Amino acid sequence: MSEMTHDDAHAEGAHASPGFYWMIGGILAVLTAIEVALFYMKPPMEQPLLLILSAVKFAMVIGYFMHLKFDSKIFAGVFMAGLVLAMFMVSALVVLYHFLPPQQVPVVG
Amino acid sequence: MAEAVLDPGSGQAGGHDASHDEHHYTATGLSNWKVGFWTFIGSECLFFGTLLSTYMVYKGASLEGPYPSDIFDIPLTTLSTFVLLMSSLAMVLGLDGVQKGDRKKASFWLGVVVVFGAIFLGFQYYEFNHFVHEGLTLDHSVFGSTFYVLTGFHGAHVTVGVIWLSTLLIQSLRGKLTPDKALQVEIAGLYWHFVDIVWIVIFVLVYLIP
Repeated sequence: MSEMTHDDAHAEGAHASPGFYWMIGGILAVLTAIEVALFYMKPPMEQPLLLILSAVKFAMVIGYFMHLKFDSKIFAGVFMAGLVLAMFMVSALVVLYHFLPPQQVPVVG
Repeated sequence: MAEAVLDPGSGQAGGHDASHDEHHYTATGLSNWKVGFWTFIGSECLFFGTLLSTYMVYKGASLEGPYPSDIFDIPLTTLSTFVLLMSSLAMVLGLDGVQKGDRKKASFWLGVVVVFGAIFLGFQYYEFNHFVHEGLTLDHSVFGSTFYVLTGFHGAHVTVGVIWLSTLLIQSLRGKLTPDKALQVEIAGLYWHFVDIVWIVIFVLVYLIP
């Protein structure tokens, strides 16, 4: 199914059909419902699963709704530059303050 | 510098009539507006990254309640998340209407985006009001400070988006949002979708992961 919709999207050049957008919207709604179900069910690996689902939703919105999948790679490049830097910053600070022993964390001031 | 003409919405050079195109393009064949706006969105990732980092660093560091688990209303936030996600769907459908010159469709879906955005802001106002009554204020604890600053800035972005899209809706209702102005709608859409993806991250990292 995904291959068909992918081809549909390309068939129209930079933009997909309204039906394709409805399908993406439906998938996003289902993924959100799964996230909330995971929150209440508390299965093993809950947090990694939530992060993966969130990343999938994120990728679907930028790829299909923001047309990054079909547009020039230059747009993807300028966006990813900021995104990767931001992800590195968040990850570095979380590791620094939540995983390293307190005596190794620099104190400012 | 060589100039190319953009097929509205595609972001790439095409065979569109230059006389109907108000935008200027570079030798890359891409719209300056669109390249600039994607760069702005990249910088916004860093802006929200700093706010999110601060929230994550101080997560669990509050010395007194209310704590997140005491006050978060997950069903309510799920509903507002769903509304924002569906507003993104409405946004692409509205853009599709503008590109095809379908005024009715464009106006309807742009109206849906504006209404859904306003509903999301209503949920946020209700949530903030409820939290303040529970004793969580901006200066109450590190949780209060980091939570209100992060979600408050997101709410401010949604507010800007609602105002921006309202102006486009008015243009559409007056019949002035013709296909040659699709790029304007696409750029507003990029902003709106960005606001949506920021909330996708906030919903999981702030609300669902304790």
